[in-house]
Amino acid sequence: MSNINIAEQLRLVKQHRDYQQLADAIPYARTIGIKVQSIGDELLFVLPRNPDNIGNPMLPAIHGGVIGGFMELAAALQLLIKTEPASMPKVVDFSLDYLRAGRDRETYAECQLWRQGSRIANVAITAWQTERSNPIATARAHFLVKPAE
Amino acid sequence: MGNNKETDKTAEESLWACRQFVGVLAHCNKLGMTVEAAGDGYAQLKLPYSEAIVGNPDTGVVHGGSLTTLLDTSCGCAVFSALPGYELCPTLDLRTDYMRAAQPHHDLICDARVIRASDNVVFVEGRVIQSGDGELVAKATASFMRIGVHLDKLIAQTVKAREASS
Repeated sequence: MSNINIAEQLRLVKQHRDYQQLADAIPYARTIGIKVQSIGDELLFVLPRNPDNIGNPMLPAIHGGVIGGFMELAAALQLLIKTEPASMPKVVDFSLDYLRAGRDRETYAECQLWRQGSRIANVAITAWQTERSNPIATARAHFLVKPAE
Repeated sequence: MGNNKETDKTAEESLWACRQFVGVLAHCNKLGMTVEAAGDGYAQLKLPYSEAIVGNPDTGVVHGGSLTTLLDTSCGCAVFSALPGYELCPTLDLRTDYMRAAQPHHDLICDARVIRASDNVVFVEGRVIQSGDGELVAKATASFMRIGVHLDKLIAQTVKAREASS
């Protein structure tokens, strides 16, 4: 799988609208188990329950780092799919606010691309479990994006 | 005390407590994360390089998300070692600057230090370097909330369960 580079992978994925294939090409995405769903032109990212993603065993709760990783991956995938860059976007900074504990249940994320400059993209990410209006975490990230030639 | 650290634990007790704490975090076990040092508001954790944390399959560079887990856990351990007893503090926010891509096949080391522990919030700084050349890969600023939850019981139960099984 790693023999196919990201640009080539992206071309194939676009052709078949199979965004899951793109996520599955990233080993860390397979580790936490991120799923990509497209609803019309919008993307919804899903993190199914996974015992290996647990942090606090008492609640139990998803490790805060996994929630952050899930949101950062969601942002990178959104950029890959929506902006068609020449290579993987590189995260420059990531600012994460935890609002409530992420329980051991399915988690969702959506991204908003606020600005796409010639080199830097600004993305806001919201993660929730029960209701979209009741987020468990919000984040903002900057990515370096190399535009396609 | 200058740093407002209130710990009543010795360095050995802090290291032991942090290892117990990280030992019960399933995701940290999955990534093979270990506590290398801890005490008096400081903690050092190691994240070994593995295929599981790779973010770019073309280059083998690790994903930022695994650094988020390393930084969050390390900063949490620093908080743990700064406070008396075994107090659990959830993360309020974590801001990370990624200075350079970590080179593939290098383990990552995170040093986390409590800057100030107030009655309600604990402020922490974390730095991730790559093993070998010691280059700075990422740095983070985090704050943790003191909600008054103590893990003393859980730690005692874990120890008892381990003793019973050995």
